[in-house]
Order: sequence, then C-alpha cells, then structure tokens
Amino acid sequence: MGQWPALSEIAFKVQSGQLKAVDLVDKSLQAIADKQDYQAIISIIPDRARQRASQVDEKVKKAVQVGPLAGIPFIAKDNFLTFGGETTAASNILRGFKAPYQATAIEKLEEAGAICVAKANLDAFAHGSSTENSDWFVTKNPHDKTRVPGGSSGGSAAAVILGLAPFALGTDTGGSIRLPASFCGAVGLKPTYGLVSRSGVVAMASSTDVIGPLTKTVEDAALVLEVMSGQDQLDSTMIERDNNSYTDLDTKIKGKKIGVVKEYMSDGLEPGVRIQIESAIEKLKNAGAQVTEVSMPSLPLALAAYYIVSPAEVSSNLARYDGQRYGHSSKKAVDLDQSYELSREEGFGLEAKRRIMIGTHVLSSGYYDAYYKKAQTVRTMIINEFNQAFASYDFLVGPTAPMVAFKIGERTDDPLKMYLTDIITVAANMAGNPAISVPAGKSQGLPVGLQLIASQRADRALLGIAKGFEELA
Amino acid sequence: MSAGKYIPTIGIETHVQLKTKTKLFAAVDNNARDAAPNTLISHICVGMPGALPYLNQAAIELAARAAFAFNTKPQAFSKFDRKHYFYPDLPKGYQISQYDQPIIVGGHIDILVAGQAKRIGITRAHLEEDAGKNIHPAGADYSLVDLNRAGTPLLEIVSEPDIHSAVEAKAYARELYLLMKYSGVSDVDLYHGNLRFDVNISVSPNASKLGTRSEIKNLNSFRSVENAVKFEINRQIELLERGGVVVQETRGWDEAKQKTTSQRGKEEAHDYRYMPEPDIPPVELSESDISRFKKTLPELPPAIRQKLTTIKVEAKVVEDILDKPDVVPTALEAISKTSAENARRVIFQLLEASNMSHVSVTDQIKVAEMVSDGELNSTAGKLVAQENLKTGEAPARIIEKLNLIQVSDEDEIEKIVAKVLEENKKAASDVKEGELKAIGFLVGQVMAKSHGKANPGVAQKIIKKQLGL
Repeated sequence: MGQWPALSEIAFKVQSGQLKAVDLVDKSLQAIADKQDYQAIISIIPDRARQRASQVDEKVKKAVQVGPLAGIPFIAKDNFLTFGGETTAASNILRGFKAPYQATAIEKLEEAGAICVAKANLDAFAHGSSTENSDWFVTKNPHDKTRVPGGSSGGSAAAVILGLAPFALGTDTGGSIRLPASFCGAVGLKPTYGLVSRSGVVAMASSTDVIGPLTKTVEDAALVLEVMSGQDQLDSTMIERDNNSYTDLDTKIKGKKIGVVKEYMSDGLEPGVRIQIESAIEKLKNAGAQVTEVSMPSLPLALAAYYIVSPAEVSSNLARYDGQRYGHSSKKAVDLDQSYELSREEGFGLEAKRRIMIGTHVLSSGYYDAYYKKAQTVRTMIINEFNQAFASYDFLVGPTAPMVAFKIGERTDDPLKMYLTDIITVAANMAGNPAISVPAGKSQGLPVGLQLIASQRADRALLGIAKGFEELA
Repeated sequence: MSAGKYIPTIGIETHVQLKTKTKLFAAVDNNARDAAPNTLISHICVGMPGALPYLNQAAIELAARAAFAFNTKPQAFSKFDRKHYFYPDLPKGYQISQYDQPIIVGGHIDILVAGQAKRIGITRAHLEEDAGKNIHPAGADYSLVDLNRAGTPLLEIVSEPDIHSAVEAKAYARELYLLMKYSGVSDVDLYHGNLRFDVNISVSPNASKLGTRSEIKNLNSFRSVENAVKFEINRQIELLERGGVVVQETRGWDEAKQKTTSQRGKEEAHDYRYMPEPDIPPVELSESDISRFKKTLPELPPAIRQKLTTIKVEAKVVEDILDKPDVVPTALEAISKTSAENARRVIFQLLEASNMSHVSVTDQIKVAEMVSDGELNSTAGKLVAQENLKTGEAPARIIEKLNLIQVSDEDEIEKIVAKVLEENKKAASDVKEGELKAIGFLVGQVMAKSHGKANPGVAQKIIKKQLGL
C-alpha cells in the first residue's frame, strides 16, 4: 500500500525545497488512478490542486513560509463544500452541485498550505456505517475487497490506508470517522463537539456532527486538528480550543486512570475483537496505567436515543433540498407541489427517505414528548454518566466496533442490524466527548480498533494517550 | 337579541421589523427596500448546504428594549426553534423562530381610549426571521422568488385578548407603533410593512364563554385595523343573529371594498414539527446584560406624555407631538431648561416648522423668552423661530436683519395709531360705541403699518386712550 512520510516531515521537505508540492499532488492523483478499483473517490480536483501546488512551490522559491501543512495533498469526504469541482454528499439530489463557498475546515487547511486533491465516497448524506448507502458506488475495504470499509467516512478511511493521500477528512455524527478507521486500520479522531467549525459541511445531525481527520498515525491526526480547530464566526456552536498545541503531546501512560467500560465489553463482541481489545488493555496496564472496570448503565440506551434525535435533525436539515434553488429538480413536475415531491422522490435514496420519515414522525405533534423529548432525557443521562466517570478516570476504553469489517451486502437488508454497527461509538456523539480509534491488532486478518474516550475538551490528553498506546503496539 | 348584547373579544399579533443593520442570522445588509431582487443574500440566506446561522446580537438588544417598552424585562433564558413547512420563499424548509421559550414573556401596554386608560396584556413576544417574497408576474406560468428579505429580524408580539372594540384595537396598534418607534426597536415604516397586524376577533353573548374566532391577517395601518375589526364584529353579529355560525378561518381585508373576505375554504391543521434549533445556542442574559441594555433605552411615550402634561400641553397636542419624533427630544430638553410657558412656546415653534434643518434648543428658548419678555411680538417670534430652524442663524442676527425689534416706544406708536384711526373711521366709531371686537382689527392695522414691529399690547392701550375709552 502507498506510503507517505509523516505530515510534519513532508511539510518540512516542501518548505526546504527537497520536495515539490506539484510532485506530491501528482503522486496523489496517480495513486488515486492506480487504486480506482477500490472506489474510494467520487471526484478529483486536479486543476485547482495543481494550481495551488505551484503557488506553494512559488512561495518556497521566494522563501516565504507556507505553513505547517505546506504542499500536503489531502482528500475530503464529499460532504465538505470545496471549490474546483462538485460537492455531492454522495447523493443524487446534489449531483452537479458546485459549491459557492468553502468549508471553514478546508479554508484553514489551505491557509496552512494543504491541498485538496479529491473528494471521498461516503454513505449519502453520511447516513450509514458501510458506504453502501452511497448513490454512486460501494467503497471496498483495502484489506479485503469483498468487505466494506465502514462508514460513513469509508472513502476517506480507505483512501488513507491505500495511500491515496497522506491524510483525509471525515465527519462523525454517530461514529462515522471511528468506525471506518477501525475497519480499515486507520487512526480516526472525533474531536470534542464544537472544536472544529461545521460551516460548509453538509449537515447531517447538527447537534452531534463533528469534523475530524483520518490518518496513519496519531501524530498526523494531532497536526491536522491543530490546524483545523479554533474559532469561526460562522459556527455559533463552537467552544474555545485548548491554548496548548495539539501537537505537543503528553504520551505518558504510567499513572493514568483508565476505565474499561463494562457495557462495551458485552457478549455482543466478536471473540476475535475481544482478544485484541483485552490484549490492548493489558498493554496499557503493563505500561503502568491504573486500569479498572467502570459501569455506565445508560450507554446501551444511547443508540436508541440517537436514532430518534439524529433522524429528527436529519429530517429538518434535508428540508432545504427541495429542487427549487440548487441540486436535482424534477423535470416531470407540472406544479410546485409536484416539484417538491418528485424532486425529493427522485433525488433522495432509500436511507435518506427512511430517516426523513422517522424524523418527521418523532417531531410530529402528539409524538414529540414521547420520542424526541424522552430521547433528550436519555441524552442528559448519558452526559451525566460521562461526567461522573471522568470525575474518577482520565480515559475510558473499549473496542470501536463489536466486529471487524463485514462483507459487502451482509447487512443491507436489515437497517436495524446496520444501525447496531454504531452501538459503541454513538454515546460519545450524544455527549459531545472526544474519542479516537487507533489500530489494535487484527482478527481474521482484518484490523481491530481500540476506542479511547476523554472528557470534553481533553482532546490534547486523548491524543497523548493514543500516541502512547501507538508506541506500545 | 340585539347587537349590543354581544361582547367582542380581540387579540392582536404584531410582526415588527427590527432596525438592525444586518439580518438576524447573517452579516448581510438588512435594508432590502430598494435593492434589486436577490442582491442582498449570502449562502446563509439562500439555505446553501452546510450554511449555519449565527445570531445577530443587535437583535437581542432591540428585543430587550421592546421588553422594557412592555413594562417587563427580557427573559434570562430563551432559545430558538425550527418551524417546518415547505414554501418557495422559505429557503431552508424551516423558519428559525422561538417556540416555547421566547425572549419576552408577559408585560403590558397602557392605551388611552376616550380619555380613559386601559391596560392590554402582552402574552409573549418572540424573535424570528422573515421569509423572502414570492412574485407572480402577470400572465406568466412561473413565479419568482426574491430572497432579499429572507432572514430579516422580526419580533412577533402577541397580545392578550384584552381588546373589546375597534377603537381599542386601533389605540393598541398606535401605541405599539409609538413604543417601537421611540424605543428604537423599529423604523415602523407602515407603508413598507415594518409593522403588520394579524387580528383575531370573536363575539359572544356570554362574557365567560368566547365565540369562534376569525383571523384577519396582514393589516398594515391603524385605520385598516380599526375598520377591519369594526366590519368583522358586525359581520359576526349579523351572522349569529341570522342563526348562522362563525367559521374559524383566516380572512383577508379588502381595502378598496372595506370588507373582510374568506381566504381559505377550510382551516388546514398545520403541523410545524417544532424542534430546538441545534445550530444556535440558547440566549442567556445576565442581570448586568439586562441593565446594560436598559441604560441605552431612550425615553418612551408614557414618560414623554407625562412631561408634556406637566407643562400643561393639552392631551390632543401631546399626541400630535408624539407623531413628530424629531420634535420630541428638543421639546424635552426645553422642558428641562426653561419655564413651562417658554417650553410650550418652543414646542409650538417646532410644531409649526416646515423646515427643521438646524435645531438649536438654546436658540429656540431664546426666541421664546424674547416673546415672553415683550421684546418680540408673537408674529415676529414665529418668524424668527422658523428662520432659525431653517438656517441656523442666531436669533439676534435674524431680528437685526429683518428689523423686527418690537417697538414699545409710545411716541412712535401714538403717531401710527392716529393715522390708523384717521383711515378707519367706521371701526373707530364702532369701538367707541362699545363694539370692542373691532379693536382687534385696529390693532392689526397698527401692526401692519409698523411692519409687525409695534408691541400689540401698547398699541391697544394707545388706541383706547386716543378714542377716550
């Protein structure tokens, strides 16, 4: 699989003239062409990427400091609005959509010298755990082409492992960065809610959507977060970032209090996954961590609550795709009502429709209290349990997913079974806490991910322990 | 049963457009009045994918002022919600509004009806964004959408059903207008729809049981509020008298025909699927925020009325003054700086002005004092006051320029009076015979001959003396 040096090394070499940004972009585009059969990429942005690359090289020539990501190509999930090509969120309803503005995260990365070369596949509108809900095609797992890469940021995770670019961006609403990271063997970081601006990212569920990197190493993830995080007037839900750099990490494991979440180590775990996770926990213990079991009884409710809150927000966020201003507009419609109905009927895929239906139902008058309000109550309980746990523990640990990458088509017939894939990742979204999936061995030749969770805004500490673990493995 | 037995009950919902520079959730110019269609829009106003709203804090401050105007204060905690429906002028498929925790809860407005004070309760007031505008070109098989207005901040004010007549409805509308104007919450340009009234009306023979209500939407003048309410009360009573039933419905006001007409066959039950707006954190105001907002609150009509009444300006004139907000600050300043009599004079000088390019309260007071002291007669005083307002020239210079110093020199006036009596023998003899009204005419002649400079009091005295009265 494709190899790239550490991000900091690439940037250093570009800045010192040892590497040319245009060559890096070409290398990335070449890798994308070579690995087309994995279907990780929806579209490439060659012209703009090369143009930006020559600008970077020009600056280097003039000895101008470019930035910490000088000349580094990257791939954005196709729900990030970017210039130079289409942004589709892998949905037919946005086929042909050219963004009139860029996501803040993209802007910040470009300012730091990074270059977006391509857009990665995803489950349409990020609805899914396997990329099988993409209206374009299914991305294949880099370790086994008959298996899914996980989702919804499956294209991004596969791209990083296939070496299509040194890093990729994903979004995580219920596990969509961590799950594909786990399935593909990448590092996937879901930062604290509000640490990275959501402006310019096609919204799924606004109250749990976060933006994060998919990388080969924790160090790379930390550098990308360092660049992307921080204030943006365009997103009112942002929190203040850590004053210290996310790249200045405390990797010490000794003395750290780590809670093994009992509910995450339930009977539902695949045996092969359990073995790897238990061995990872053993390593942490041997490195001097104080490891004990912790029970968080509300966690099993998180998925049920998530599948009420999230479709409610989805049904609302997808209302703007009505065929009137941009995106797919039905040619068959003869009046306004038909234009709404047919544009949405033709443009949305099955899963989007399912979530719109569920969300519309739970928000309906007479059902709101029974569903939405109750789900929010559960959400508060989960937040309280996390706060309680972090009063005694520095980190919580468990698997990222109860299984390794499953076969393409294995779960598509049963949406409930597909939803259950997110059972472990979703609580951190409901509570807003930072969580990371790091590779922790293999089962049946497929990667297993260890999930570490920290208290809100402890992203720096989380990256530190993850790097510490990475060094043990 | 006679019409008099029915008790009308009226509640009014008012949409007030807030006077912010930019829109409620986007840094885009809010003044859409003269702009070409779809020129004041951004990715937020258009509802682009990934666009997030961010709250204009100026709207919160204006809402706080409105709360003070309603004799209450803004809520310490309020939040935004999404109200869902599909319409081409609503780009996101939902309107951002405030559902169950609005920025204003409670309060009241005092209105005056036939000299009687009446208190109208305010149920609540919430912030929301306006929609765009659908345009239907005549004869075309398409419609156009202008999103310039989309996202304009509105405050929707809901009154209690405390209003019981058309006159009260009009008085409420006008008082709300004045409050919003003087608090600086809105430009209150009625012609451009800055204030839009939706009126709910029912009639019932039973004071403890309300009748079925109809709603008249989008009234934009006090007169249309009054006339629509009057019409609707009569329509409902006549209907009931004939044994009919009032249908709960939305009705429109036909300004030309001066009647309400049914707008929808049946009232559709909308389910707006309200949901807390996840993109905007709740608005939390501390006591210090609230008192900071209160410090910037200008003087409001009730206080202004009181001050004007204290210097004995009659009630009707007080209302005339309130209709001229450019007069008010100067009037209030005059009240604080000079005697009641002079302040009244200043106010009338201002009310009569046709050009107020240069308002100097000091100059205006000076003119008023000169009139009081007899240095200028009232005609000359008016002239000087107007000239000063128009040009800003000092009163002394104007007086000098126009040669207006009042002549109180009795010898001078004696001569003029003699001439006037000579020329107006009929009037002079009338006065002599006790027809005292005619003396005013003679004084007028003296004034004319002296080019307005004679002191009229002195002139009258001398006329009487010369006629031997």
